[in-house]
Amino acid sequence: MSEQVVSREVVVGMRHGLHARPADLLAREARKWQSRIELSNAAQRVDGKSILEVLTLAAEAGTRLVVEARGPDAREALEAIGSLFDSNFNEQQDEDNS
Amino acid sequence: MKFSDFVAVDAIRSNVEADTKEGVIREMAQSLVDAGSIAPGDLDGIVKAIMKREDLGSTGIGRGVAVPHTKHPSVRRLVGTVAVSHEGVDFESLDGEPVQLFFLLVSPPDRPGDHLRALENISRQLRDDAFCKQLKSAKGPVEIQHLLEEADSHGVAS
Repeated sequence: MSEQVVSREVVVGMRHGLHARPADLLAREARKWQSRIELSNAAQRVDGKSILEVLTLAAEAGTRLVVEARGPDAREALEAIGSLFDSNFNEQQDEDNS
Repeated sequence: MKFSDFVAVDAIRSNVEADTKEGVIREMAQSLVDAGSIAPGDLDGIVKAIMKREDLGSTGIGRGVAVPHTKHPSVRRLVGTVAVSHEGVDFESLDGEPVQLFFLLVSPPDRPGDHLRALENISRQLRDDAFCKQLKSAKGPVEIQHLLEEADSHGVAS
């Protein structure tokens, strides 16, 4: 199987940032894929399959992150993760509970 | 942000009695009432709000850790506490493991940054396996308090 490495920039669009619920959704999606998924900001690079790691980014609204996928299903994985960000993790912007 | 910025030391519990998700949350919220961090009249509302948040997706973040939380207009700053269950409680975590270590957070609405920084601090410190283990096996609230203080003094928390 050929190993692919693909990446793209995403923006945290949720008003409350990348808090526990989107971090949970992100890790759950990332775990569906064989590829290694990493997220990085200017300061650090973390494992997208770990909620704990994702939360250490403390990514507030408007933060730009780079998502990188590496593995046999990297392209599909990146598309799936990217669309979570593009849809703001289906979060209602007036949501009261975070 | 450091643990000492949001953890009410008088509300730390090293051995919760409850063995259900709601039970642990109620016990921790009650400890915040007893410590004077939240008003007795807000207890039920806060427990209900935290459970409502859990319905949206478990806050069990893996490694035997959960961070039940909610926003609530009754608090003027972020308040929280820490509890340990020796037996572990089913929290429907992502990794399926029972939860032994709980960080409960109640934050004022419209302070999402503080909430994120508290989560960042908790998750960053808990990447240290030894720290996790020490918290879970602490003999009493004072030992937990000391472990948190030690972590605060080592951390590069902002």
